[in-house]
Amino acid sequence: MIEFKDVSFSYERGTPVIEHLSFRIEAGQSVGLIGANGAGKSTVMKLLLGLVSGEGEVLVDGTPVQKTTLSQIRRKLGFVLQNSDHQMFMPTVYEDMMFAPLNYGVPRDQAEQRVDAVLAQLGLEDLKHRHNHRISGGEKRMAAIATILAMEPEAILMDEPTAALDPYNRRIIINTIRDLKQTKLITSHDLDMILDTCERVILLSDGKIVADGRADDILRNRELLEANRMELPFCLAGR
Amino acid sequence: MNKMEKALHELSEMDALAAQDSPIHRLSPLSKLIATVVYIVVTVSFNKYQLSGLAVMVLIPVFLFQVSGIPVRTCFYKLRIVLPLVMAVGLFNPLFDRAPMFYVGSVAVSGGVVSMLSLMLKGVFCLMMSFLLIATTPIDSLCAALRRLHVPSMLVTLLLLTYRYVGVMTEELAIMTDAYHLRAPGQKGIHISAWGSFLGQVLLRSMDRAQELYSSMLLRGYEGEFRYAKTSPFGAVDAAYALGISALCLLLRYVNLAETLGRLLVR
Repeated sequence: MIEFKDVSFSYERGTPVIEHLSFRIEAGQSVGLIGANGAGKSTVMKLLLGLVSGEGEVLVDGTPVQKTTLSQIRRKLGFVLQNSDHQMFMPTVYEDMMFAPLNYGVPRDQAEQRVDAVLAQLGLEDLKHRHNHRISGGEKRMAAIATILAMEPEAILMDEPTAALDPYNRRIIINTIRDLKQTKLITSHDLDMILDTCERVILLSDGKIVADGRADDILRNRELLEANRMELPFCLAGR
Repeated sequence: MNKMEKALHELSEMDALAAQDSPIHRLSPLSKLIATVVYIVVTVSFNKYQLSGLAVMVLIPVFLFQVSGIPVRTCFYKLRIVLPLVMAVGLFNPLFDRAPMFYVGSVAVSGGVVSMLSLMLKGVFCLMMSFLLIATTPIDSLCAALRRLHVPSMLVTLLLLTYRYVGVMTEELAIMTDAYHLRAPGQKGIHISAWGSFLGQVLLRSMDRAQELYSSMLLRGYEGEFRYAKTSPFGAVDAAYALGISALCLLLRYVNLAETLGRLLVR
C-alpha cells in the first residue's frame, strides 16, 4: 500500500531531515511512527502526501507520489492534522465534512448520506450543524477525523491524534482509531496510545529508521527507547 | 474576551447571517452578485452634484435589508470601522470648490459640500449593498458564482484565502495579545517598543497557519474549483431579481425620483 524506497530529504541546503529511508506498509496494517522531536516523523507524512518532495521514491498502491499523480494519491490518503483548528476551515462540521466528497465529484445527496453515516459511526450526530469554533477540543478532534472518514480514504494518516486531550476524550479517540478498518499510519509521542492502536512500530531517529517491528517488542525495549530520547509507555513502566 | 476574540466572534457572526433563511438568502449567488455589481456601478456613475437623484438609491438596499430580515443597524454596526474612512473621502472638497450651488434659507451651500456629501453617500450605499451580498451569501458560494462568471481561478482562490486568512490572523492576534498582557500586567495596549516584533511574529505565525489550512484544503481535493459550494441553479426568480434590480437602478439613474415627486407636490 505505502512504500518508501531510499528516500532522503533536506530543507534548502540544511542538514538532512530524512536519510535513505526505506519501509513498506501493507494494506490494512496499523503502524505507529515514533521518535523524539525533530526525528523526521512529520516530514515522512509530508513526503507521503506530496506536500514536500525529496530524493528516492514514495509509492502509494504502486503509484509514485509526484505532481501528476497528487490528485489520485491524495484521494486515497486521509490526513488528520495535529491541530484540528488548522484542519477545519468551513463554518460548520457538516460543511467541513461535505468539502472533500463534493470536491471529488460525489453527488450532493450521496455525500450527505456519507456524512450522516460517518457521524452515526462515530456517534457525533449532535455535532452535525454545530459551528467549528464553538465545539470543544475533544469534539473538534473527533470532527476532524469525521471529515477525513467522509472522504472514504484507503489509508488514514494521523499526526499526534491524542495531543492536548483530556483522558476521557483521549480514550474516545483511541477507541475510534482501533475501530477504523483502513490502513493507518500514526505519528505520536503518546506511546500508550500507539501500543493500544498499532501492531507495528517504526522508530525514527535523526531521519533514519533505528527499529521497525512489532509494537509490543519495540515499546517494551527500555534501552532502545531511552537511547532515542523516549521512555517506556506509562502502562509498562511500573512503579 | 479580548478585543481580538470579539472581532473573531463578529467574523463568525457573518457566517451565521449568511446561513439564515429568507427570500434573498435563497436566491442564486450569481443573481445577487450581478445585482450588487450593477447597483454599485450605477451608484458610482452619478454626477458629483446629483445629490437628490443619488439619495433615492438608498431605497434599494433598505428594501432588500427588510426582505432579508437583516436589520440595517447590523450593517452599520459591522461596518463601523470602515464607514468613517469612506466618509472621509471628499472631506477636502469644500475647500477647493467654494462656488455656491444653492441656498438653504440664507446659507449658501457650495459645490464642494454637495460633492463631499455625494461621495459619502456613494461610499455608504455601495458598502450597504456589498454587506447585504456577503451577509446573505456564504463566501464559498460567492466564490463559486465568481467562477461561473469566469473570473480567473487564481483571483477567486486569493479572495477565499484572504477571507479565511483574516480569521486565522485574528485568532493568532488574540492568542498573542493574551500572552502579552499576562506578562505585562497593568499595561494598556501593546507598548510601542514591542510593535515590530509583535507584528512580525503575528505575520509569521498566521502565515504558517494559513499554509496548513491551504494544505488541508489541497489534501481534501481542492483544486481551485468550488464544487463543494452550495449553489442553486440560476432560475426564473433569480433572473427576475437580477433584471429587476438592474432595471430599477437604471430607472433611478435616469429619472430623478426626488425631483419628480417634489415637482408633483409643488404643483
